[in-house]
Amino acid sequence: MDAASAIAELKELSTQIESVVVAARDGSVEAATLPDDAAARVTSAAQSLLDGADQLRRDLGRENLSQLQASTPEGSVFVVVDSERVAVATTGADPTVGLVFYDLKTLLRQVADHPNGAAGAQDPAAADEVTDEPS
Amino acid sequence: MSRRKLWVPVVLGAGSFIGTVVYRRRSVRTRTRLDVYFEDGSMVSLAAGSPDADRLLPFARDVLAEAGAA
Repeated sequence: MDAASAIAELKELSTQIESVVVAARDGSVEAATLPDDAAARVTSAAQSLLDGADQLRRDLGRENLSQLQASTPEGSVFVVVDSERVAVATTGADPTVGLVFYDLKTLLRQVADHPNGAAGAQDPAAADEVTDEPS
Repeated sequence: MSRRKLWVPVVLGAGSFIGTVVYRRRSVRTRTRLDVYFEDGSMVSLAAGSPDADRLLPFARDVLAEAGAA
């Protein structure tokens, strides 16, 4: 499944996820529920969050980072990474953490299984509200 | 009405108000944190107020602000 279709399916299933962005590890946005400029800024901030968490990982001598959640009274930020992509999602306060992580991992797996990866994100059949970014 | 009878509700009201403020502040602090998970299944939870959390949480607030503003 291409990134845009996977995000559209996720948005249909999850009532907790308010916005989601799928980006390559180099920071280029593949698909998002946000406008292009907002998606790019969200990706940039999430990348800074990941870089800081990775520095913490090195300091602690842990294995690679797989996911993180930042909770605030205003809402939560979820970031899940795989070898090629990063998925960033925002929710309201007090989400069901395990469910959101599961949904984001499923999202990344669906995109990774797609034969063309991000290229399929340009599929015009993608659902409403999902912004495609040609790579 | 004696002076003591007047002070009892005032003291009770003030105590209740202070307790509510302290509880709300503590609740906000415990709800603000960063949980980092690693591939080996381990995780680290950083509470607001720790140096690492205070360094990284502004990025999360940026994400929320950008997503909310869109």
